[in-house]
Amino acid sequence: MTEPMPATLFSKIWDAHVVAQRGDGKFLVYMDRNMLDEVRAPHVFARIEQQGLRLRRPDLTFAVQDHSVATRPGRNDTTRPDSTDIIRATRQAAHTHGVRLFDLDDPEQGISHVVAPELGMVLPGATHACADSHAATVGALGALAFGCGSTELEHILTTQTMALARPATLRLTLHGRLDHGVTAKDVILHAIARLGVDGARGAVVELTGSAVAAIPVEGRFTLCNMCTEMGARSALSAPDDAVFQWLAGRRMAPRGAAWDQALARWRTLRSDDDAIFDTELDVDCAGLEPQVTWGTDPSQSIGISAPVPDIGTAPPGREAAWRRALDYMALTQGAPIAGMPINRAFIGSCTNARLTDLESAAAVLRGRKVAPQVHAIVVPGSMTVRREAEACGLDQVFKAAGFEWHESGCSMCAGGSGARANPGERIMSTSNRNFEGRQGRDVRTHLASPAMVAAAAIAGRIVDVRPMLEGRP
Amino acid sequence: MTQPFTIVTGIAAPLLLDDVNTDQITPAQASRSLHPDYAAAWFSRWRLDAQGNAVPDFVLNKPHYRDAAILVTGENFGCGSAREGAVWAMVARGIRCIVARSFADFYRANCIQNGVLPVVLAGDAMPRFETLVQDVAGRAPFTVDLQAQRVTGPGDQHFGFAIDAAERTLLLEGLDDIGLSLKHKTEIDRWERKTASEQPWLQAIPS
Repeated sequence: MTEPMPATLFSKIWDAHVVAQRGDGKFLVYMDRNMLDEVRAPHVFARIEQQGLRLRRPDLTFAVQDHSVATRPGRNDTTRPDSTDIIRATRQAAHTHGVRLFDLDDPEQGISHVVAPELGMVLPGATHACADSHAATVGALGALAFGCGSTELEHILTTQTMALARPATLRLTLHGRLDHGVTAKDVILHAIARLGVDGARGAVVELTGSAVAAIPVEGRFTLCNMCTEMGARSALSAPDDAVFQWLAGRRMAPRGAAWDQALARWRTLRSDDDAIFDTELDVDCAGLEPQVTWGTDPSQSIGISAPVPDIGTAPPGREAAWRRALDYMALTQGAPIAGMPINRAFIGSCTNARLTDLESAAAVLRGRKVAPQVHAIVVPGSMTVRREAEACGLDQVFKAAGFEWHESGCSMCAGGSGARANPGERIMSTSNRNFEGRQGRDVRTHLASPAMVAAAAIAGRIVDVRPMLEGRP
Repeated sequence: MTQPFTIVTGIAAPLLLDDVNTDQITPAQASRSLHPDYAAAWFSRWRLDAQGNAVPDFVLNKPHYRDAAILVTGENFGCGSAREGAVWAMVARGIRCIVARSFADFYRANCIQNGVLPVVLAGDAMPRFETLVQDVAGRAPFTVDLQAQRVTGPGDQHFGFAIDAAERTLLLEGLDDIGLSLKHKTEIDRWERKTASEQPWLQAIPS
């Protein structure tokens, strides 16, 4: 008898979900859970109706209002008049097609990539399709998630499958002990700086190594989330006891005997020792400092004590892009990044707005005040996170420090909820993209961890959070 | 069904930048409407200043590139979001083919879905092609022939390209992706029944 071929975690999930191979060579891969937001939903449902088709599994499909909703407390459909139509059309379409909607006033509303795992909707070994590039966030549970465009979403909703070519695999090993004050966001910004914004293009990334194992489950969502910024098709990490513990008892997770049966299966969800990946990369995180981006793509990131890099050190062919980025960001090569004054601080987004993210920011803010010239907001990743944070008094910490305490949505990440900065303003943001104009015309975005954003809000300028964590002013 | 792609002849416009992202192609704010004006959103942050006036220096505003059908660009084109509006804006502007040094994955997939041909030239032809496009400067058209897998410029200069056979067929014949997959309905039914018995938690969600 021959031994089975060693398999990667990806291929275990992929192979178990391949339904058929189409005549054109593409694989039909079954999607266990679908999710869509109000920016795509009206168009996609209308297209399905026009073609005389229907949803195959409305019971496995969820809709959410997240991208364009207002987040100030007391919001409603018309708080943001330019989003009113899509919010209402999404509500109508979800009702017509029998899809569970996390609506504006729903106690479980939030950002799709936060809501899906926290409700136990997405599970280890499951596949998940979401019409958004950050779908891979949920890979931290050991799920295989794919983002997609609107037309692909029509296919998914009507067939419950995605038609895909088998993607390449990339194992990214992150190792080294993380210093106090260094978080998942710092690790992944560092990795992107090392590997580039197309360093994982088209690949399914498996994150592994001592640094990943040491990061709590909610931080692993941050890692998987930001693999998108390296061009990854998807990202995941093997589920461990920390993941199972995190999932146990969540509303849509299996219970009782079904939980035990699922758990036995989930424990096999890891790459076999001799599994072969198309690419192997590793990044050392020992001695890593808190990171902050200086440019206009997420790979343009440095440690807090480093100077803004010289254009001469740009990767080959990227010199012009670096010059353009420095120009846009109004930074000088060779000058320290620490000390740059900021106008705004944003804690939120699918990258960094879970309970542990809010806790790490609150640890910095406790007993301190936001600098008077800084406008600071915190937008929990979901209304569930918001309630949990309130239950442990975090809202009081944020408010006492001078942060606005918002309801949930994507908010300032893409300037979607009316919360947008003014031209020329500099913002420290826990989101995932520092692209030109993303947070408003001529707005200068610096990406960083929640703790670093909190520290900058206090100081009124970009600073190292570590002295504050040690209780120094 | 998407419009089939066979041969496109038109002006080629050079946007020779790397990592052009979806926020630059169509700002996210453009999609907050039931019927977005994608032609207006197309590169709006670069085409227009804060007052809404055309930025004359921006290459795609130059009169000789205004009616371009072919966009020529750098590495990792379309990185960022999965939003399909960033391709619909190309369609709205009459761009039927994008020749890039490389494409971001989501963007490339969305191009195929909309009958926009994503081309990466074979070998090391790209620098030569970019120079030709700049030299021609909109004075003469280029022809993209998917059947022949070839881009032809003035003076009969040919540039070959490779494309996945399945994608080539889908583009040439017009795409009915859902129709192709629904032929496998029996297999999907069977997969669901098997999974419902082996991993019931995947097929039914506790309410």
